[in-house]
Amino acid sequence: MAVITYRQALHDTLREEMLRDEDVFLIGEEIGVFEGSYKITAGLLKEFGEKRVRDTPIAEEGFVGAAVGAAMLGLRPVVELMTINFSLIALDQIVNHAAKIYGMFGGQTSVPMVLRTPGGGGQQLGATHSQNIELYYAFVPGLKVVAPSTPADAKALLLASIRDDDPVLFLENLSLYNTKGEVPDVVEPAEIGKAKVTREGTDITVIGYSRMAMVAQQVAEELHAEEGINAEVVDLRSLRPLDRQTIVDSVRKTGCAVVAEDDWLTYGIGAEIAASISDGAFDYLDAPVRRVAAAEVPLPYAKPLERAALPSAESLTTAIHQTLDAVGRRR
Amino acid sequence: MTEIQMPRLSDTMEEGVVSTWRKKVGDQVSRGDVVAEIETDKALMELEAYDDGVLEKILVEEGATVPIGTPIAVLGDGSGAAAESAPTPAPAAQTPAPAEAPAPAEPAEPAPAPAPAAPAERGSKPKASPLAKAVAKEKGVDLSTVQGTGPGGRIIRADIEAAAAAAASAPAAPEPAATPAAPVASEDVEEVPLNKIQKVSAKRLTESKQQAPHFYLTSAIDVTDLLAFRGTLNERLQAAGGPKVSVNDLIVKAVATALRANPSVNVSFAGDKLLRHKRINLGIAVAIEDGLVVPVVKDADRKSVSEIAAESRELAGRAREGKLKLDEMSGGTFSISNLGMFGIEQFSAVINPPEAAILAVGAARDEVQVRDGEFVARKVLRVTLSADHRAVDGAVGAAFLQQLTSLLEDPLRIIA
Repeated sequence: MAVITYRQALHDTLREEMLRDEDVFLIGEEIGVFEGSYKITAGLLKEFGEKRVRDTPIAEEGFVGAAVGAAMLGLRPVVELMTINFSLIALDQIVNHAAKIYGMFGGQTSVPMVLRTPGGGGQQLGATHSQNIELYYAFVPGLKVVAPSTPADAKALLLASIRDDDPVLFLENLSLYNTKGEVPDVVEPAEIGKAKVTREGTDITVIGYSRMAMVAQQVAEELHAEEGINAEVVDLRSLRPLDRQTIVDSVRKTGCAVVAEDDWLTYGIGAEIAASISDGAFDYLDAPVRRVAAAEVPLPYAKPLERAALPSAESLTTAIHQTLDAVGRRR
Repeated sequence: MTEIQMPRLSDTMEEGVVSTWRKKVGDQVSRGDVVAEIETDKALMELEAYDDGVLEKILVEEGATVPIGTPIAVLGDGSGAAAESAPTPAPAAQTPAPAEAPAPAEPAEPAPAPAPAAPAERGSKPKASPLAKAVAKEKGVDLSTVQGTGPGGRIIRADIEAAAAAAASAPAAPEPAATPAAPVASEDVEEVPLNKIQKVSAKRLTESKQQAPHFYLTSAIDVTDLLAFRGTLNERLQAAGGPKVSVNDLIVKAVATALRANPSVNVSFAGDKLLRHKRINLGIAVAIEDGLVVPVVKDADRKSVSEIAAESRELAGRAREGKLKLDEMSGGTFSISNLGMFGIEQFSAVINPPEAAILAVGAARDEVQVRDGEFVARKVLRVTLSADHRAVDGAVGAAFLQQLTSLLEDPLRIIA
């Protein structure tokens, strides 16, 4: 059991999978000579050579399309898109090709590829480089979307994504790269489409993914330490398939829920969760499901404004308090 | 744009009713202007504006109940921009767009009465969370008998569990709704919703009568001299251009003096201890058009009868207008309820928690008494002390009453 960063967990997993399977190769901007914009691929060009670690021009549609073709012919490409914002250039390749080929060609060929890409704001990178648009992909049948929040999950889900025969969008988050966590010496691939109850509780269910799952965990610990509130935390880990059962089971136990998401509120991931809860746990609800999300603005560059626009431990705590008040558990 | 929010007007307040809008959309509002009247669980309060501006939008209509902190109106510059971006009631300015249920204006129908009410009509169903409904079904709790404590009076699971627990702990209590098939509202029966004061009174008085073991002591007091004394006193006061004093004012002063001499009655029961109040604050029960309020004369033992008279008159007047301030209704340590003006001979009052005693005052009546073997006509007034036996023992209550009697029978000592 070692304590390592989220970044290290990704790097180690890529390396291990490349050693295990010759068909696994990396492709993307600046991943070779420069060792990756976020240094995930450090040392891999030196170790595996240009055939397996391919630097590309700044042309997302081109290299994602190349990866789709390579996957159709039996390789297992792991694409690095510098940020999820640039994935928009490759939207047609991802949505109209990678996601559809298996179904449109009657299952004759699958597309076993991974699109690794960090999202998220808070780094003062401006509105176009700070988005949380994972919903664009979670919306599309034929794609899988996973969003780990811890180094151990990053490893288990990246293993599963590389070995999966369908295209997987693997969502990372800029603010998670330096976070640390325990990673077992031997990690089994996770089951894609399974959420995880990361903290047991009886008072309220708090649901999050990626960065907000981690924030939810911190908030839950604080609420327990300071107010004796027992929040149950559900880390979605996968946005498609969505593990409705785990969510509903938890809400049936607690009677109320708050969803924490980094994306925008309207039509966001939380809306789907709230609808699923009302569908599967209606008779168990003691209060409406509340959502905490980003302000509906292009994210400001100015630090205080950027901070104010993003969901935070404070705004999540407020929403939890309001919900607990509504069910009479803070009197 | 500035939001006007439902204010917290007391420590116990969780929600309030917008009773009346004093300003309408389009009105210019200056800081300090009264924009609305807010009905709390205790009183009607005036809500003043903290800012200048034009009232651009009213978010909560008259009669609606909303939790404290809910935006109820928007002030702007008159351009209408503020109304355009009227807030989703997000309590914390810091929270990035928390999805807020846009606090729907509650229909003006009140939450179901806590008392054993006739089952609510269709269309005035009590609001309850799905979980509360499911638990109520499971535990056999009738939703129409439950008072909701959730937002806007929503019945939540905790309310059902409390109701079920109360029912379980009082197995001996007869089914309250055992009246033969309580009628629903129809052409023969009118439904009268309770206002907030009535709801709170119902709850508090039930708690008092259920939890405080009441015992009662009655004294017949010869007030012949007291009435004569009052007559003389009022002649003098009038000659001096002052207002008169009532019998009740003299009784209030006498009670305050007797409490000073018997501090063991001026107490509150607090679980594992007694609280002995150093101040003597007397609540005077006042009947208002739709309910009962108890304004408090603070430090009655240190005030003259004239001061007490002036203050009681003022408080009672504002009580009837619903204009009492909260601090004028709190802090009482003992209450007096007088039904003498109705010719009531004697009665027993329900203690007003957290006080430990209340004095019920009847009417002064002509009675025949025996003095030195002779029949004499005297004016006699009966008072009954209801006391909480957890805090006051019989002998303690009796000593207080004895003292009160001797004061009222020798009225000069009241103002001594």
